[in-house]
Amino acid sequence: MKRLDWFANPARFLRLARAVQPWATGIALTAAAAGLYLGLFASPPDYQQGESVRIMYVHVPAAWMALFCYTALAVASAVALIWKHPLADLAARATAPVGAAFTFLALLTGSLWGKPMWGTWWVWDARLTSVLVLLFLYLGYIALNGAFDDPARGAKASAVLALVGFVNVPIVKFSVDWWNTLHQPASVLRAGGPAIHESMFAPLLLMALAFKAYFVWVLLIRIRAEIAAGKIRAARLRASGDAAP
Amino acid sequence: MSDLAGFFAMGGYGAFVWLSYGVTLMILVLVWAASVRRLKRNERALAEMEARR
Repeated sequence: MKRLDWFANPARFLRLARAVQPWATGIALTAAAAGLYLGLFASPPDYQQGESVRIMYVHVPAAWMALFCYTALAVASAVALIWKHPLADLAARATAPVGAAFTFLALLTGSLWGKPMWGTWWVWDARLTSVLVLLFLYLGYIALNGAFDDPARGAKASAVLALVGFVNVPIVKFSVDWWNTLHQPASVLRAGGPAIHESMFAPLLLMALAFKAYFVWVLLIRIRAEIAAGKIRAARLRASGDAAP
Repeated sequence: MSDLAGFFAMGGYGAFVWLSYGVTLMILVLVWAASVRRLKRNERALAEMEARR
């Protein structure tokens, strides 16, 4: 709790954010440049999928980030509900649109791979359906968060939704093992180690690192914007209090 | 020159590959730009409020 309290001070957080942000930016751009070079030029075509395998280098990192962001959203929501941590609400609100964007990209790039490889844009198998549910959970969170005049009530209601919706995260992850899905099972995060050649593993990991650093970069910008918005709201409340007799 | 054409063709999957990369880049840039715009707008509004006080 001591450490959480330390982060609760917005001035201290802002100092930390300004120090971390250039690093996140640099790592995101460097890893993306290296990952794009390896993914598009230096790595071989797949023996079954041909050149379409290169879609994997954006599809898989986007799908990982979709789950990672939702986990972050649920953790921040829990911290906000249990400890009333002032930055946790802001962090959760700032995370949701980025997570929704990654989830949309995972669905879209998966569809663009599925058409030439499976012969269809979409099937209602357990993996695809649970990721679509994930997208709706993000959109539901965003809608509920903004649905109240009092931001504190919106934050509370949407935090409960984020926690209830967390059951979907293990369902997405293990759907390919629990059900007979058209979507292939995990090749990287599986028992027995990654089943993927290093020439393809390197661009995949670099793109994953780039997406993770991008998330930190954009999240810090968004939390800073939320802190400023909170200060504006507080100043307006003070001003209207002063004006009243 | 045909090397370049071959690269863009992606073994016949060019449309799928380039659309995947293109839309991903576009959306990530849009989310970043919207976030920066929001931060700039809020910081400007806050600075104006503090100047008036």
